[in-house]
Amino acid sequence: MDLFRLDERPLQPEREKERLADPRAGALATFEGWVRCENGGREVASLVYQAYRLLAEKEGGRVIEEAHRRYSLLAARCVHRVGHLAVGELAVWVGVAAGHREAAFAACRFIIDQVKARVPIWKLERYASGSAEWVGSAALQAVSISEAKGPLPRPRR
Amino acid sequence: MRGSEGGQQSRTVFVEYFALFQELRGLDREEVETAARTAGDLYRELASRFSLPYAPDAVGVAINDEFAGWSAELQPGDRIVLLAPMSGG
Repeated sequence: MDLFRLDERPLQPEREKERLADPRAGALATFEGWVRCENGGREVASLVYQAYRLLAEKEGGRVIEEAHRRYSLLAARCVHRVGHLAVGELAVWVGVAAGHREAAFAACRFIIDQVKARVPIWKLERYASGSAEWVGSAALQAVSISEAKGPLPRPRR
Repeated sequence: MRGSEGGQQSRTVFVEYFALFQELRGLDREEVETAARTAGDLYRELASRFSLPYAPDAVGVAINDEFAGWSAELQPGDRIVLLAPMSGG
């Protein structure tokens, strides 16, 4: 089931909402992540999302399944763009249908927070200045093997 | 890097790169002959050989399309992906 999927084409929120329709639903909560024109004081011209597709879809699916276990939901979906996006474009969409609004709001928040933390997708921001940076990796570029000290750390997951 | 070093066997694994690692390595994937026993050993080796950022606290690893830890032992034919800090959403 494609409860979490990646899409190279512009997202279509209305079509995604239709897939959540359920006569038992008293609430629909949605989240839209848009491409901003500014980040960290720099003017963003455009960006690129790159995904490790197989694992992203697997882990994204697990996020949706967890949302169902944590909250009383009827349906939940998430779609994330990949490829080149312009400022103002829709990058990610989350939709949750539930009997009541408390669960819908909470699950919607949970899904986007978990997707951001766990799903192997990377954003390259291209700035108006001409430079570009993989978001979250700036500090990484400065670390070389010669700085590695001591035994390997415990596994991260 | 064929041959053995103090009895270590070398094996062929496949490394796939994304994001910063792809940019710095200049490849999206490659076959690697290595004597590395664990994913962590392989990361050290790749970082050293190809001047890649070495930050095992900030970087994760996937083996055969599933999250793994640095202590995971490598098997011939394994597909390994270094996971830079994620920035989706």
